[in-house]
Amino acid sequence: MRPLFPLLIALVAMLFMASLLIGPAGIGALTGLKALILGGEGPLPIVMREIRLPRAILGVAVGAGLGLTGAALQGYLRNPLAEPGLIGVSGMAALGAVIAIQTGLALTAALMLPFAALTGAAVGVGLLMLLAGPRGGSVTLILAGVAISALAGAGTALVLNLSPNPYAANEIVFWLMGSLADRSMVHVMLALPLMVVGAVLIARSARALDALTLGEAAAAALGVSPGRLRIWLVTGVALIVGPATAVAGAVGFVGLVVPHVLRPLVGARPSVLLPASALGGAVLLLAADIAVRLILPERDLKLGVLTAIVGAPLFLHLIWKTRSGGRV
Amino acid sequence: MLNLHALSVSRRRRSVLSGIDLQVGAGEVVGLIGPNGAGKSTLMEAALGLIPFSGRSSLAALPESRRARQAAYLPQSREIAWPVSVEDLIALGRIPWPGGGRSPRDLAAIDAAITRMELQDYRKRTALRLSGGEQTRALIARALAQETPLLIADEPIAGLDPAQQLACLRLFRDLAAEGRGVLVSLHDLGLAARFCSRLVLLVEGRIIADGPPDQVLSDDLMRRAFGIALHRIDTPEGPAILPL
Repeated sequence: MRPLFPLLIALVAMLFMASLLIGPAGIGALTGLKALILGGEGPLPIVMREIRLPRAILGVAVGAGLGLTGAALQGYLRNPLAEPGLIGVSGMAALGAVIAIQTGLALTAALMLPFAALTGAAVGVGLLMLLAGPRGGSVTLILAGVAISALAGAGTALVLNLSPNPYAANEIVFWLMGSLADRSMVHVMLALPLMVVGAVLIARSARALDALTLGEAAAAALGVSPGRLRIWLVTGVALIVGPATAVAGAVGFVGLVVPHVLRPLVGARPSVLLPASALGGAVLLLAADIAVRLILPERDLKLGVLTAIVGAPLFLHLIWKTRSGGRV
Repeated sequence: MLNLHALSVSRRRRSVLSGIDLQVGAGEVVGLIGPNGAGKSTLMEAALGLIPFSGRSSLAALPESRRARQAAYLPQSREIAWPVSVEDLIALGRIPWPGGGRSPRDLAAIDAAITRMELQDYRKRTALRLSGGEQTRALIARALAQETPLLIADEPIAGLDPAQQLACLRLFRDLAAEGRGVLVSLHDLGLAARFCSRLVLLVEGRIIADGPPDQVLSDDLMRRAFGIALHRIDTPEGPAILPL
C-alpha cells in the first residue's frame, strides 16, 4: 500500500506533462515549456497557456473528481457497482446542456452551455433531496437517483427527437460523448472552485464512510449521524459531478472502474480509497485524453467513447472475478 | 450507566415496546431474554437513540460523539461491507476517539482487543474470508477496542461454537468484574443463568420480570414467556438448565 501513493502521484505528474506537450501544433518539449512559463511573442505561449494548459488541468480535475465521487458513493452505498451518475446529477446537467444547444442559447455567450448544465445539475440535486427526504435510507437515495436519471434521459431523448435542426442534433450527440478539447481557462475557473468545495465535503466524510463498513446501525452507534452524512455526501458529489459534466460532457466508467481497481491495493478501507481513487481517476482521464489525440487525431475521437471502451472490459473483469468465487 | 425510564417505541402505529424501566449498573452483566419478536433488539436500538422513541434513555440523551465513548454496540446483523483486514476492522472501534486510529493509545486498545479475543493469528487476514463465528469474534473485538464503560451486545453468541460461547460470556463476566456494564441478549437460558448477574425477561414489548436468574427462570414465568418448562440439574459448575 505504501508505494501506491507516490506511484500514482508520479503518474499524474508525468501524464500532466505529456498532456501539455502532445498536440497537433507539434511544439518541441523545451520550447513549449519555455513558452508556457516565460511567455513571449507569437502564437506559442497562446497555444500553451490558452489551449493545452486548461485541457491538462481539466483532465486532472474531472478525472480526480469522477474517481473521488465514485469511491465516495460506493463507500456510502456499500456497493461496488455505484458510480457518480447514479444520483442523477450528471444526467440533469447533460439535459441542461442539451437544451442550451438545441435552443441556440449556447451560441449567445461562451459560458451559456456550462451555465445551463450547472442549472440542470442544481435542479437535479433539489429534486433528489425532495424525493429522498431527510430521513430515508440509502435505498431511497438510489431509487430517487435512478428515477431522476431516467427522467433526464427521457428529456434528452425528447429534445433530440423533436430537434428540427440536424446540425444541433449532431452537436448534441457529440457533446454527450464527452470531450476536453477546446476548453479555456474560463471553464477551469468556473468548474474548479466548486469541485474543490465538493472534495472538502467528501474528505470530511471519510471516517464516517469507514464506520459504514459495519452497517448503518453500528455506524450510527459509533457517532455517525446518518442524516448529516447523507447531506454532506450528496452535496459534495453534486458539487463535483455537476461542474465536471458541465465542462467535459458525460464521461462514463471512470468513477465506476477506478475505485474497483484500486480497492484491493488500499486494503479496501473507504477512507484510503478516496484519495487513491482521485489520483487514479486523474491518471485514467489524462491517459485517455492523450490517447484520443494520438490514436485518431484527424477524426476527433471523443473522450467518453474511449473511457467506455477501456472501462467495459475492466467491468467484465469484475463480473468474471465475482463469478469465479472471489469477492469484489 | 444505562437508565431507561418509561421508554416506548411504536412502529407504524403498532406498539413494539411500552413502559420499559431498566437500569444497568457498573459491574453487572444483564441478560435480556425473551421469545423472538419480543422487542429485545428494538430495546437496544432505542436505548442507544438509533430509532425514535418516547420516554427517557440516559444514553440517547448524550450528544452522538460522547455516547459513542460511553457505549459500544454489537448489532445482531454481522455486517462487514468491504474485504478489510481483521486489524483494520477492529480499528474501526477507535472512530469515536481522537487520534485517527493510529495514535499509541489507539494501537494499544486495538492490540488489547485482539489479544482478548485471541485473534493474533488472524490480524492480517481478510475479515470477509473468515468463517461466520470468526467474523463475530472480530466484531466483538471491534466493540472492545471502543473501550466504553458499557457494552450492548445483541445475541453475540449466536453462531459461535460451544467453546467460543463460553469464552465470550466469560469475557463479559470479566469486563463486569473490571467495573464495566454489559447488556446482552441471548437465547441459551442455561448460559444466561450461569453468566448473568441479572436477567430481564421481555414478552410482547413489556418487561415481565427483572431479577436474579433463579427468580426470573421460575416455572411460572417460563410458561408465560415461552410456553415451556425447564428441567434444572445442579452441577458443581452451577445449575444446568434444560428446556423441555
